[in-house]
Amino acid sequence: MTTHISPQMASSGTQHGKFEPYVNNGGTTLAIPGKDFVIAAGDTRLSTGYSIHTRQSSKVFQLTDKCVIVTAGMQSDASTLHKTMHARLVHYEHAHGKQMSTEAIGQMLSNMLYGRRFFPYYTFNLVAGIDSKGQGVVYGYDAIGSYQSVEVGAMGTGQSLIQPLLDNQVAYKNHQLVPSKELDLERALSLVKDSFTSAGERDIYTGDSVEIAIITQEGIKYETLQLKQD
Amino acid sequence: MSNLNEENYEEERGGFVFDNVTRNMFMETKGYQAPIAMKTGTTIAGVIFKGGVVLGADTRATNGPIVADKNCSKIHFIAPNVYCCGAGTAADTENSTALISSKLALHRYSTGRQTRVVTAMTLLKRMLFKYQGHVSAALVLGGVDLDGSHLYTIYPHGSTDKLPFVTMGSGSLAAMAIFEERFKDDMSEEEAKSLVHAGISAGIFNDLGSGSNVDLCVIRKDSVEYLRGYDQPNERNYRTSYVIPRGTTATLSSTEEVLSKQLIINELDDRMEVAP
Repeated sequence: MTTHISPQMASSGTQHGKFEPYVNNGGTTLAIPGKDFVIAAGDTRLSTGYSIHTRQSSKVFQLTDKCVIVTAGMQSDASTLHKTMHARLVHYEHAHGKQMSTEAIGQMLSNMLYGRRFFPYYTFNLVAGIDSKGQGVVYGYDAIGSYQSVEVGAMGTGQSLIQPLLDNQVAYKNHQLVPSKELDLERALSLVKDSFTSAGERDIYTGDSVEIAIITQEGIKYETLQLKQD
Repeated sequence: MSNLNEENYEEERGGFVFDNVTRNMFMETKGYQAPIAMKTGTTIAGVIFKGGVVLGADTRATNGPIVADKNCSKIHFIAPNVYCCGAGTAADTENSTALISSKLALHRYSTGRQTRVVTAMTLLKRMLFKYQGHVSAALVLGGVDLDGSHLYTIYPHGSTDKLPFVTMGSGSLAAMAIFEERFKDDMSEEEAKSLVHAGISAGIFNDLGSGSNVDLCVIRKDSVEYLRGYDQPNERNYRTSYVIPRGTTATLSSTEEVLSKQLIINELDDRMEVAP
Protein backbone atom coordinates (compact mmCIF):
# COMPACT_ATOMS: atom_id res chain seq x y z
CA MET A 1 0.00 0.00 0.00
CA THR A 2 1.23 3.44 -0.78
CA THR A 3 0.46 6.52 1.18
CA HIS A 4 -0.71 9.50 -0.75
CA ILE A 5 -0.29 13.03 0.55
CA SER A 6 -3.20 15.08 -0.68
CA PRO A 7 -2.85 18.85 -1.14
CA GLN A 8 -5.25 19.28 1.80
CA MET A 9 -2.97 17.26 4.08
CA ALA A 10 0.05 19.21 2.93
CA SER A 11 -1.62 22.50 3.75
CA SER A 12 -3.17 21.30 7.01
CA GLY A 13 -0.36 22.85 9.05
CA THR A 14 1.96 19.82 9.18
CA GLN A 15 5.52 21.09 9.01
CA HIS A 16 8.45 19.09 7.69
CA GLY A 17 12.13 19.82 8.27
CA LYS A 18 13.68 21.13 5.08
CA PHE A 19 16.64 19.22 3.64
CA GLU A 20 19.64 21.47 4.15
CA PRO A 21 22.71 19.73 2.71
CA TYR A 22 25.16 22.58 3.28
CA VAL A 23 26.85 24.04 6.34
CA ASN A 24 29.74 26.48 6.55
CA ASN A 25 32.49 25.21 8.83
CA GLY A 26 34.43 28.49 8.70
CA GLY A 27 38.17 28.98 8.52
CA THR A 28 40.64 30.67 6.22
CA THR A 29 43.11 29.46 3.60
CA LEU A 30 45.87 31.23 1.77
CA ALA A 31 48.46 30.57 -0.93
CA ILE A 32 51.34 32.62 -2.34
CA PRO A 33 53.41 31.54 -5.36
CA GLY A 34 57.06 32.60 -5.69
CA LYS A 35 59.70 32.23 -8.39
CA ASP A 36 60.93 28.83 -7.16
CA PHE A 37 58.65 28.16 -4.19
CA VAL A 38 55.02 28.23 -3.18
CA ILE A 39 53.41 28.59 0.24
CA ALA A 40 49.96 27.24 1.10
CA ALA A 41 48.36 27.62 4.52
CA GLY A 42 45.10 27.03 6.38
CA ASP A 43 43.95 27.56 9.95
CA THR A 44 42.88 24.49 11.93
CA ARG A 45 39.63 25.64 13.58
CA LEU A 46 36.49 23.71 12.64
CA SER A 47 33.22 25.31 13.71
CA THR A 48 29.55 25.95 12.99
CA GLY A 49 27.55 28.83 14.41
CA TYR A 50 29.04 29.80 17.77
CA SER A 51 30.60 26.38 18.54
CA ILE A 52 34.10 25.07 17.92
CA HIS A 53 34.02 21.37 16.95
CA THR A 54 37.79 20.89 17.04
CA ARG A 55 40.91 23.06 17.17
CA GLN A 56 43.03 20.70 15.04
CA SER A 57 41.32 19.98 11.76
CA SER A 58 43.66 20.30 8.79
CA LYS A 59 42.62 22.16 5.65
CA VAL A 60 45.87 21.32 3.84
CA PHE A 61 46.04 18.06 1.85
CA GLN A 62 49.15 16.83 0.07
CA LEU A 63 48.43 15.61 -3.48
CA THR A 64 51.93 14.90 -4.89
CA ASP A 65 55.57 15.53 -3.94
CA LYS A 66 55.22 19.09 -5.21
CA CYS A 67 51.54 19.93 -4.97
CA VAL A 68 49.03 20.54 -2.14
CA ILE A 69 45.42 21.64 -1.99
CA VAL A 70 43.93 23.91 0.71
CA THR A 71 40.17 23.94 1.09
CA ALA A 72 37.77 26.25 2.94
CA GLY A 73 33.99 25.89 3.16
CA MET A 74 32.30 22.67 4.32
CA GLN A 75 34.57 20.10 5.92
CA SER A 76 32.67 16.96 4.83
CA ASP A 77 32.68 18.04 1.18
CA ALA A 78 36.37 18.99 1.45
CA SER A 79 37.24 15.60 2.90
CA THR A 80 35.25 13.75 0.19
CA LEU A 81 36.86 15.88 -2.51
CA HIS A 82 40.37 15.28 -1.13
CA LYS A 83 39.79 11.50 -0.97
CA THR A 84 38.41 11.36 -4.52
CA MET A 85 41.32 13.44 -5.84
CA HIS A 86 43.76 11.17 -4.00
CA ALA A 87 42.18 8.08 -5.60
CA ARG A 88 42.40 9.67 -9.07
CA LEU A 89 46.07 10.58 -8.48
CA VAL A 90 47.00 7.08 -7.27
CA HIS A 91 45.27 5.62 -10.30
CA TYR A 92 47.14 8.03 -12.59
CA GLU A 93 50.47 7.10 -11.07
CA HIS A 94 49.79 3.38 -11.55
CA ALA A 95 48.69 3.92 -15.15
CA HIS A 96 51.47 6.30 -16.19
CA GLY A 97 54.35 5.45 -13.88
CA LYS A 98 54.74 9.08 -12.77
CA GLN A 99 52.97 11.66 -10.64
CA MET A 100 50.47 14.01 -12.23
CA SER A 101 51.82 17.48 -13.04
CA THR A 102 50.53 20.47 -11.07
CA GLU A 103 48.98 21.91 -14.26
CA ALA A 104 47.08 18.64 -14.88
CA ILE A 105 45.89 18.53 -11.27
CA GLY A 106 44.60 22.08 -11.76
CA GLN A 107 42.46 21.04 -14.74
CA MET A 108 41.38 17.77 -13.09
CA LEU A 109 39.96 19.60 -10.06
CA SER A 110 38.04 21.95 -12.34
CA ASN A 111 36.51 18.95 -14.13
CA MET A 112 35.63 17.26 -10.83
CA LEU A 113 33.94 20.40 -9.47
CA TYR A 114 32.04 21.15 -12.68
CA GLY A 115 30.85 17.53 -12.76
CA ARG A 116 28.76 18.46 -9.74
CA ARG A 117 27.47 21.66 -11.38
CA PHE A 118 23.90 21.17 -10.06
CA PHE A 119 24.73 19.78 -6.59
CA PRO A 120 28.15 21.34 -5.95
CA TYR A 121 30.73 20.52 -3.35
CA TYR A 122 30.56 23.47 -0.92
CA THR A 123 34.33 24.02 -1.13
CA PHE A 124 36.61 26.90 -2.03
CA ASN A 125 39.94 25.56 -3.19
CA LEU A 126 43.48 26.72 -3.78
CA VAL A 127 45.88 24.34 -5.54
CA ALA A 128 49.50 25.25 -4.85
CA GLY A 129 52.45 23.53 -6.45
CA ILE A 130 55.62 23.65 -8.51
CA ASP A 131 54.80 23.55 -12.23
CA SER A 132 56.68 21.69 -15.00
CA LYS A 133 58.97 24.74 -15.45
CA GLY A 134 59.98 24.58 -11.81
CA GLN A 135 58.08 27.75 -10.90
CA GLY A 136 55.61 28.22 -8.05
CA VAL A 137 51.98 28.34 -9.14
CA VAL A 138 48.63 28.80 -7.39
CA TYR A 139 45.22 28.06 -8.94
CA GLY A 140 42.13 29.57 -7.33
CA TYR A 141 38.64 28.04 -7.79
CA ASP A 142 35.01 28.80 -7.16
CA ALA A 143 32.70 26.03 -5.91
CA ILE A 144 31.76 24.83 -9.42
CA GLY A 145 35.13 24.68 -11.14
CA SER A 146 35.88 28.10 -12.61
CA TYR A 147 39.63 28.50 -12.09
CA GLN A 148 42.62 30.64 -12.91
CA SER A 149 46.24 31.06 -11.96
CA VAL A 150 46.49 33.79 -9.30
CA GLU A 151 49.24 36.09 -7.99
CA VAL A 152 47.97 35.51 -4.48
CA GLY A 153 44.93 33.65 -3.19
CA ALA A 154 42.87 33.77 0.02
CA MET A 155 39.62 31.87 0.66
CA GLY A 156 37.11 31.29 3.44
CA THR A 157 35.74 33.43 6.25
CA GLY A 158 38.90 35.55 6.51
CA GLN A 159 39.17 36.19 2.76
CA SER A 160 37.75 39.72 2.87
CA LEU A 161 40.26 40.66 5.58
CA ILE A 162 43.37 39.13 4.00
CA GLN A 163 42.99 39.43 0.21
CA PRO A 164 43.21 43.26 -0.03
CA LEU A 165 46.36 43.30 2.11
CA LEU A 166 48.07 40.62 0.04
CA ASP A 167 46.97 42.15 -3.28
CA ASN A 168 48.91 45.20 -2.10
CA GLN A 169 51.89 43.49 -0.47
CA VAL A 170 52.41 40.50 -2.80
CA ALA A 171 50.96 41.61 -6.15
CA TYR A 172 51.88 45.29 -5.46
CA LYS A 173 48.41 46.46 -6.48
CA ASN A 174 47.96 50.26 -6.25
CA HIS A 175 51.71 50.79 -5.90
CA GLN A 176 53.27 53.64 -7.84
CA LEU A 177 56.74 52.36 -6.97
CA VAL A 178 57.08 48.61 -7.46
CA PRO A 179 60.03 47.22 -5.49
CA SER A 180 62.77 45.88 -7.78
CA LYS A 181 63.51 43.05 -5.37
CA GLU A 182 61.12 40.15 -5.95
CA LEU A 183 59.26 38.50 -3.07
CA ASP A 184 61.52 35.99 -1.31
CA LEU A 185 60.43 32.99 0.74
CA GLU A 186 61.26 34.59 4.07
CA ARG A 187 59.11 37.69 3.41
CA ALA A 188 56.27 35.59 1.94
CA LEU A 189 56.29 33.40 5.04
CA SER A 190 56.16 36.36 7.41
CA LEU A 191 53.25 37.82 5.38
CA VAL A 192 51.38 34.51 5.69
CA LYS A 193 51.90 34.47 9.47
CA ASP A 194 50.87 38.11 9.85
CA SER A 195 47.78 37.57 7.65
CA PHE A 196 46.55 34.74 9.86
CA THR A 197 47.27 36.48 13.16
CA SER A 198 45.45 39.56 11.82
CA ALA A 199 42.46 37.55 10.58
CA GLY A 200 42.42 35.76 13.95
CA GLU A 201 42.02 39.12 15.69
CA ARG A 202 38.84 40.08 13.83
CA ASP A 203 37.22 36.94 12.33
CA ILE A 204 35.56 34.73 14.95
CA TYR A 205 35.94 31.63 12.72
CA THR A 206 39.73 31.98 12.26
CA GLY A 207 41.96 30.81 15.09
CA ASP A 208 43.62 28.02 17.12
CA SER A 209 46.59 27.43 14.78
CA VAL A 210 47.84 27.75 11.19
CA GLU A 211 49.35 24.89 9.24
CA ILE A 212 51.78 26.16 6.61
CA ALA A 213 53.13 24.06 3.72
CA ILE A 214 56.31 25.38 2.10
CA ILE A 215 56.89 23.74 -1.28
CA THR A 216 60.17 23.90 -3.18
CA GLN A 217 61.85 21.69 -5.78
CA GLU A 218 63.45 19.85 -2.80
CA GLY A 219 60.06 18.85 -1.35
CA ILE A 220 57.42 19.98 1.12
CA LYS A 221 58.11 21.29 4.64
CA TYR A 222 55.40 21.94 7.21
CA GLU A 223 55.30 24.63 9.90
CA THR A 224 52.70 25.34 12.56
CA LEU A 225 52.02 28.67 14.28
CA GLN A 226 49.75 29.00 17.31
CA LEU A 227 46.88 31.47 16.94
CA LYS A 228 44.53 32.89 19.57
CA GLN A 229 42.22 30.29 21.15
CA ASP A 230 39.24 32.62 21.81
CA MET B 1 -0.10 75.65 14.77
CA SER B 2 -1.78 73.31 17.25
CA ASN B 3 -0.18 70.38 15.39
CA LEU B 4 3.26 71.84 15.97
CA ASN B 5 2.56 72.17 19.68
CA GLU B 6 1.42 68.56 19.87
CA GLU B 7 4.63 67.45 18.17
CA ASN B 8 6.73 69.46 20.58
CA TYR B 9 4.75 68.03 23.46
CA GLU B 10 5.39 64.48 22.28
CA GLU B 11 9.11 65.15 21.90
CA GLU B 12 9.38 66.62 25.37
CA ARG B 13 7.76 63.54 26.88
CA GLY B 14 10.81 61.53 25.84
CA GLY B 15 10.82 57.82 24.91
CA PHE B 16 11.15 56.15 21.54
CA VAL B 17 9.81 57.54 18.24
CA PHE B 18 7.65 55.02 16.37
CA ASP B 19 6.81 57.29 13.38
CA ASN B 20 8.33 55.03 10.71
CA VAL B 21 7.27 51.62 12.00
CA THR B 22 4.35 51.15 9.57
CA ARG B 23 6.41 52.53 6.68
CA ASN B 24 9.32 50.19 7.47
CA MET B 25 7.04 47.14 7.74
CA PHE B 26 5.67 48.00 4.30
CA MET B 27 9.19 48.49 2.93
CA GLU B 28 10.26 45.09 4.32
CA THR B 29 7.51 43.43 2.27
CA LYS B 30 9.16 45.04 -0.78
CA GLY B 31 12.54 43.54 0.08
CA TYR B 32 14.08 46.36 2.17
CA GLN B 33 16.52 45.18 4.81
CA ALA B 34 16.62 47.20 8.00
CA PRO B 35 20.12 48.05 9.30
CA ILE B 36 21.41 45.57 11.88
CA ALA B 37 22.60 46.66 15.31
CA MET B 38 25.83 45.49 16.94
CA LYS B 39 25.16 42.42 19.06
CA THR B 40 27.38 41.49 21.92
CA GLY B 41 27.58 37.71 21.65
CA THR B 42 28.59 37.50 25.25
CA THR B 43 29.51 35.62 28.37
CA ILE B 44 28.35 37.39 31.55
CA ALA B 45 27.98 35.91 35.00
CA GLY B 46 27.60 36.60 38.70
CA VAL B 47 28.12 34.78 41.99
CA ILE B 48 27.11 35.59 45.59
CA PHE B 49 29.83 35.01 48.19
CA LYS B 50 30.04 35.49 51.95
CA GLY B 51 30.60 39.25 51.88
CA GLY B 52 28.98 40.37 48.63
CA VAL B 53 28.68 39.75 44.90
CA VAL B 54 31.20 39.13 42.11
CA LEU B 55 30.12 40.04 38.56
CA GLY B 56 32.10 39.03 35.46
CA ALA B 57 32.09 39.61 31.70
CA ASP B 58 34.13 38.99 28.58
CA THR B 59 35.08 41.98 26.39
CA ARG B 60 34.24 40.96 22.79
CA ALA B 61 31.58 42.76 20.74
CA THR B 62 30.62 41.21 17.40
CA ASN B 63 28.91 42.28 14.22
CA GLY B 64 27.97 39.00 12.53
CA PRO B 65 31.21 36.99 12.19
CA ILE B 66 33.40 40.08 12.64
CA VAL B 67 34.77 41.29 15.97
CA ALA B 68 33.61 44.92 16.23
CA ASP B 69 35.34 45.72 19.53
CA LYS B 70 38.10 43.61 21.12
CA ASN B 71 37.93 45.30 24.50
CA CYS B 72 34.45 46.63 25.24
CA SER B 73 33.10 47.11 28.73
CA LYS B 74 30.01 45.05 29.57
CA ILE B 75 29.76 45.71 33.33
CA HIS B 76 27.66 48.87 33.68
CA PHE B 77 27.27 51.23 36.61
CA ILE B 78 23.77 51.34 38.07
CA ALA B 79 24.34 52.86 41.53
CA PRO B 80 27.38 53.09 43.84
CA ASN B 81 26.35 49.73 45.34
CA VAL B 82 24.78 48.14 42.25
CA TYR B 83 26.33 47.08 38.93
CA CYS B 84 24.85 45.31 35.91
CA CYS B 85 26.31 43.08 33.17
CA GLY B 86 24.64 43.33 29.77
CA ALA B 87 24.24 40.89 26.87
CA GLY B 88 22.28 41.33 23.64
CA THR B 89 22.16 44.44 21.45
CA ALA B 90 24.95 46.77 22.63
CA ALA B 91 22.88 49.96 22.30
CA ASP B 92 19.98 48.43 24.26
CA THR B 93 22.10 47.24 27.20
CA GLU B 94 24.03 50.52 27.39
CA ASN B 95 20.97 52.76 27.16
CA SER B 96 18.62 50.79 29.39
CA THR B 97 21.23 50.55 32.18
CA ALA B 98 22.10 54.26 31.80
CA LEU B 99 18.43 55.25 31.88
CA ILE B 100 17.66 53.23 35.00
CA SER B 101 20.91 54.43 36.61
CA SER B 102 19.77 58.02 36.04
CA LYS B 103 16.28 57.37 37.44
CA LEU B 104 17.83 55.79 40.54
CA ALA B 105 20.16 58.76 41.05
CA LEU B 106 17.12 61.09 41.09
CA HIS B 107 15.38 58.67 43.44
CA ARG B 108 18.35 58.84 45.82
CA TYR B 109 18.34 62.66 45.76
CA SER B 110 14.62 62.59 46.50
CA THR B 111 14.71 60.01 49.30
CA GLY B 112 18.22 60.45 50.65
CA ARG B 113 18.47 56.66 50.96
CA GLN B 114 20.77 54.10 49.37
CA THR B 115 19.42 52.37 46.25
CA ARG B 116 18.15 48.84 46.77
CA VAL B 117 18.99 46.16 44.22
CA VAL B 118 15.33 45.11 44.01
CA THR B 119 14.38 48.67 42.98
CA ALA B 120 16.87 48.62 40.09
CA MET B 121 15.61 45.18 39.09
CA THR B 122 11.96 46.31 39.12
CA LEU B 123 12.63 49.44 37.04
CA LEU B 124 14.59 47.38 34.48
CA LYS B 125 12.00 44.61 34.18
CA ARG B 126 9.13 47.11 33.85
CA MET B 127 10.94 48.87 31.05
CA LEU B 128 11.81 45.62 29.23
CA PHE B 129 8.29 44.20 29.66
CA LYS B 130 6.79 47.43 28.31
CA TYR B 131 8.76 46.98 25.08
CA GLN B 132 7.71 43.33 24.74
CA GLY B 133 11.23 42.00 24.04
CA HIS B 134 12.05 44.54 21.32
CA VAL B 135 14.66 46.07 23.63
CA SER B 136 17.10 43.16 23.50
CA ALA B 137 18.86 43.42 26.81
CA ALA B 138 19.68 40.27 28.80
CA LEU B 139 21.07 41.41 32.13
CA VAL B 140 22.85 40.14 35.23
CA LEU B 141 22.17 42.59 38.03
CA GLY B 142 24.07 42.42 41.30
CA GLY B 143 24.62 44.55 44.36
CA VAL B 144 24.67 44.89 48.12
CA ASP B 145 22.11 46.93 50.07
CA LEU B 146 20.73 47.10 53.62
CA ASP B 147 19.09 43.68 53.09
CA GLY B 148 22.37 42.05 52.06
CA SER B 149 23.69 40.68 48.75
CA HIS B 150 21.38 40.24 45.76
CA LEU B 151 21.88 38.74 42.32
CA TYR B 152 19.28 38.73 39.52
CA THR B 153 18.98 37.80 35.89
CA ILE B 154 16.62 39.89 33.76
CA TYR B 155 15.49 38.53 30.38
CA PRO B 156 14.65 40.73 27.36
CA HIS B 157 10.89 40.16 27.78
CA GLY B 158 10.99 41.29 31.42
CA SER B 159 11.08 38.07 33.44
CA THR B 160 13.50 37.82 36.35
CA ASP B 161 15.23 35.20 38.51
CA LYS B 162 16.90 35.64 41.90
CA LEU B 163 19.68 33.07 42.32
CA PRO B 164 23.03 32.63 44.09
CA PHE B 165 24.91 32.02 40.81
CA VAL B 166 23.86 33.06 37.31
CA THR B 167 25.12 33.23 33.70
CA MET B 168 23.79 34.94 30.56
CA GLY B 169 24.59 35.42 26.88
CA SER B 170 25.76 33.05 24.14
CA GLY B 171 28.51 31.75 26.47
CA SER B 172 26.06 31.10 29.35
CA LEU B 173 26.11 27.31 28.85
CA ALA B 174 29.91 27.15 28.95
CA ALA B 175 30.01 29.33 32.07
CA MET B 176 27.12 27.53 33.80
CA ALA B 177 28.87 24.18 33.25
CA ILE B 178 31.72 25.50 35.40
CA PHE B 179 29.40 27.07 38.01
CA GLU B 180 27.31 23.90 38.42
CA GLU B 181 30.51 21.94 38.99
CA ARG B 182 32.24 24.28 41.44
CA PHE B 183 29.74 26.57 43.16
CA LYS B 184 29.41 26.38 46.96
CA ASP B 185 27.39 28.48 49.41
CA ASP B 186 29.31 31.06 51.51
CA MET B 187 32.51 31.10 49.45
CA SER B 188 35.32 33.51 50.29
CA GLU B 189 35.90 36.53 48.03
CA GLU B 190 38.97 34.89 46.45
CA GLU B 191 37.06 31.65 45.78
CA ALA B 192 34.21 33.61 44.19
CA LYS B 193 36.56 35.65 41.97
CA SER B 194 38.35 32.49 40.86
CA LEU B 195 35.01 30.80 40.06
CA VAL B 196 33.68 33.73 38.00
CA HIS B 197 37.06 33.99 36.25
CA ALA B 198 36.88 30.29 35.32
CA GLY B 199 33.28 30.64 34.10
CA ILE B 200 33.99 33.68 31.91
CA SER B 201 37.16 31.98 30.59
CA ALA B 202 35.08 28.94 29.58
CA GLY B 203 32.88 31.30 27.58
CA ILE B 204 35.85 33.12 26.03
CA PHE B 205 37.49 29.91 24.80
CA ASN B 206 34.47 27.76 23.92
CA ASP B 207 31.93 30.27 22.58
CA LEU B 208 32.83 32.09 19.36
CA GLY B 209 30.57 35.01 20.33
CA SER B 210 32.75 35.69 23.38
CA GLY B 211 36.45 36.50 23.56
CA SER B 212 39.40 38.68 24.59
CA ASN B 213 39.64 39.64 28.28
CA VAL B 214 37.94 38.97 31.62
CA ASP B 215 36.45 41.94 33.51
CA LEU B 216 35.37 41.48 37.11
CA CYS B 217 33.47 43.66 39.56
CA VAL B 218 33.45 42.86 43.28
CA ILE B 219 30.68 44.53 45.29
CA ARG B 220 31.06 44.33 49.08
CA LYS B 221 29.01 45.84 51.93
CA ASP B 222 30.89 49.14 51.97
CA SER B 223 33.11 49.08 48.90
CA VAL B 224 33.32 48.26 45.20
CA GLU B 225 36.32 47.01 43.21
CA TYR B 226 35.96 47.31 39.43
CA LEU B 227 38.69 45.07 37.94
CA ARG B 228 38.82 46.07 34.26
CA GLY B 229 41.16 43.69 32.39
CA TYR B 230 41.41 41.28 35.37
CA ASP B 231 42.85 38.66 33.01
CA GLN B 232 44.20 39.21 29.48
CA PRO B 233 44.79 35.74 28.04
CA ASN B 234 44.54 36.69 24.35
CA GLU B 235 47.48 38.94 23.55
CA ARG B 236 48.69 38.97 19.94
CA ASN B 237 51.84 36.84 19.50
CA TYR B 238 53.08 37.69 15.98
CA ARG B 239 53.46 40.90 14.00
CA THR B 240 55.28 41.80 10.76
CA SER B 241 56.55 45.27 9.96
CA TYR B 242 55.50 47.02 6.78
CA VAL B 243 57.78 49.64 5.21
CA ILE B 244 55.98 51.77 2.64
CA PRO B 245 58.45 54.16 0.98
CA ARG B 246 57.44 57.76 0.23
CA GLY B 247 55.98 57.94 -3.30
CA THR B 248 54.29 54.50 -3.16
CA THR B 249 50.83 56.09 -3.34
CA ALA B 250 50.11 57.86 -6.63
CA THR B 251 49.81 61.65 -6.42
CA LEU B 252 47.39 63.06 -9.00
CA SER B 253 47.93 66.73 -8.18
CA SER B 254 49.38 68.81 -5.39
CA THR B 255 49.10 72.35 -4.07
CA GLU B 256 51.13 74.03 -1.39
CA GLU B 257 50.09 76.74 1.03
CA VAL B 258 52.21 78.55 3.56
CA LEU B 259 50.27 78.26 6.78
CA SER B 260 52.04 81.14 8.58
CA LYS B 261 50.42 83.63 6.19
CA GLN B 262 47.03 82.47 7.40
CA LEU B 263 47.81 83.02 11.06
CA ILE B 264 46.64 86.15 12.85
CA ILE B 265 49.12 86.86 15.57
CA ASN B 266 47.95 88.96 18.48
CA GLU B 267 50.63 91.41 19.51
CA LEU B 268 51.27 92.13 23.17
CA ASP B 269 49.36 95.47 22.87
CA ASP B 270 46.16 93.55 22.15
CA ARG B 271 46.16 91.98 25.56
CA MET B 272 42.84 92.08 27.36
CA GLU B 273 42.48 95.24 29.39
CA VAL B 274 42.66 94.79 33.09
CA ALA B 275 40.38 96.89 35.25
CA PRO B 276 42.25 99.73 36.94
